[in-house]
Amino acid sequence: MSDTLTPRRRFLAWFSAGLGAVAAAAVGVPVIGFFFAPLMRRPVEAWRSLGPVGRFRIGETVEVRIPSPAPVPWAGEAAEMAAWLRRQGPSEFVAFSVNCTHLGCPVRWMANAQLFLCPCHGGVYYEDGAVAGGPPPRALTQYPVRVQDGNVFLRTSALPLG
Amino acid sequence: MLSRLARLIRAIGHWLEDRTGLWSVSRRLAEHPVPPGTDWRYVLGGATLVAFLLQVATGVALATVYVPSTGSAYQSLQFITHDAPFGRVLRGMHYFGASAMVVLIGAHMSRVFLTGSYKFPREMNWLSGAALLLLTILMAFTGQLLRWDQDGVWSAVVASEQAARIPALGHWLAHLVLGGATVSGPTLSRSFAVHVFLIPALIFAGVGLHLYLVLRTGVSERASIGPAVVDPATYRAWYRNLLDREGQPFWPDAAWRDAVVAVLVVGTVLALALIVGPKPLGKPPDPTIIIASPRPDWYFLWYFAVLAILPRGIEPSVIVLAPLLFGLAVFLLPLVANRGRRTLRHRPWAVVVVAAAVFTIAWYSRLGVRSPWSPDFDARPLTAQAIASSDSAVVAGAALFYARGCEYCHVIDGQGGSRGPDLTDVVHRFDHPQLVARILGGGSIMPAYTGKLSSTELAQLVAFLESRRGSPK
Ligand code: FES
Repeated sequence: MSDTLTPRRRFLAWFSAGLGAVAAAAVGVPVIGFFFAPLMRRPVEAWRSLGPVGRFRIGETVEVRIPSPAPVPWAGEAAEMAAWLRRQGPSEFVAFSVNCTHLGCPVRWMANAQLFLCPCHGGVYYEDGAVAGGPPPRALTQYPVRVQDGNVFLRTSALPLG
Repeated sequence: MLSRLARLIRAIGHWLEDRTGLWSVSRRLAEHPVPPGTDWRYVLGGATLVAFLLQVATGVALATVYVPSTGSAYQSLQFITHDAPFGRVLRGMHYFGASAMVVLIGAHMSRVFLTGSYKFPREMNWLSGAALLLLTILMAFTGQLLRWDQDGVWSAVVASEQAARIPALGHWLAHLVLGGATVSGPTLSRSFAVHVFLIPALIFAGVGLHLYLVLRTGVSERASIGPAVVDPATYRAWYRNLLDREGQPFWPDAAWRDAVVAVLVVGTVLALALIVGPKPLGKPPDPTIIIASPRPDWYFLWYFAVLAILPRGIEPSVIVLAPLLFGLAVFLLPLVANRGRRTLRHRPWAVVVVAAAVFTIAWYSRLGVRSPWSPDFDARPLTAQAIASSDSAVVAGAALFYARGCEYCHVIDGQGGSRGPDLTDVVHRFDHPQLVARILGGGSIMPAYTGKLSSTELAQLVAFLESRRGSPK
């Protein structure tokens, strides 16, 4: 056996490496595609009923629960998400994401102080969602809300990201 | 009878060795020469490996019961903790084993840095170790998420929000972490796959490479017996000569110390698992339970604290740049500083770097435990005893102090949160107009109360604050 790379050997080397690449791609494409598939799936942006307008009192902010925008049949408790709903007038509503705009922790509405407080790094928001203090860079994210036939509807969307 | 059995076993052994040759190969590897003076400072890498193997064993056991589904993970964890025989101790060992791995890899890396052992020709040993550190951190994070209680859910959210800060790739990465647009079934199952298949496979490969390199380059000699200056032109020949002259077989001359440390690591982890037990499960993983105070496991707590105290202006850049710069520094270190002196006397800054890192982590971990920036949600109304006044305005003001949420963030006579300053003796710092202005206008971290208080209420609140004269003498 000589060490020279004859054309025949060069061809065989490239041929074998190429075959290996083909086999790897045949496995790799579905595997990697499967792993990245969730990135392609659009979140379910649907209008969800929160119940009749009369359930909410003017000037009050309450937690509402709605189906998650990324549902899977086995989600269990993760099938639902929460939002803060504030009734401002006879048919004016605002809905806030519960996620702090700093790093996503769940903000709590403190009815007596009329403030949202974040348990993680102490972010504070006013009742209209504007930042009152602490690390949050932006006001609380709002979801679209509308009133139709005496019911309040909220449009679900993806987790708000900074 | 017995001697016949012994003969049979020996015959089988010989046959296996003849057909595989594994015994002689392992022996040759185990008896590779190490420099003289290989002492207790050389045990940290082996100890890290022991902790990793402990994680593999306990992890495999846990995976036989754990259900990686958002619908059932919590129940399966409860079953493991309370009902399964050995379940509690296994979960405890996996929890403390993770801590051991993080601590030991940090200690090992610090030792290698302090003794300058990353220099020529061991640059790749350092870099493969750095990759293993990254993988260990990813394990710690995904493991915390797999403890799918309330903290697990919110750590997924917080991690994706952090990832989202990275320019351009951020949202994409965040969705990769979540396995979709928000926390849902795939969030848990993909973290599970990453934690039990993907990263462990990479760690096995990384450890294999790391050990291969250790055998190929040999462990670094103690700086005191090495050449004064590491010079790539002469080092290899010098090292080979050292081993030829004074090398000692790793097994058993040095390996016995590793055996002692292995028993110490396993024993400590087991003792902690038995005495302290695993980290208790928090509230159920229901994203609609808003009453949550998410906290990461201890190894991330210092970073959590840093994120709380960074000034708002520089935070977005720090959150992305700091880990990037750390990674870059670790990567470049052996490439730019691979020659020269190794002794600490000539590299005093190395001590400063390690001391600063340890101090920073310890300091901010402590701060993270106290979390003084978090509102005190459990604050109770002040008692009549604490108010100690019959003035009706003062009493009404004290009630407002609690009702309007001041007490979540301010202490009065030892009660309340510590987000803002203690107001027990605020009269010494603020006069009447200043007090009114601060309450109405707020501050950098304090909300403005304009429109939230009537003028009577404001007067009552101020009357209350002015009636406090510091702690009663
Ligand atoms: S997540 Fe709310 S202040 Fe940091």
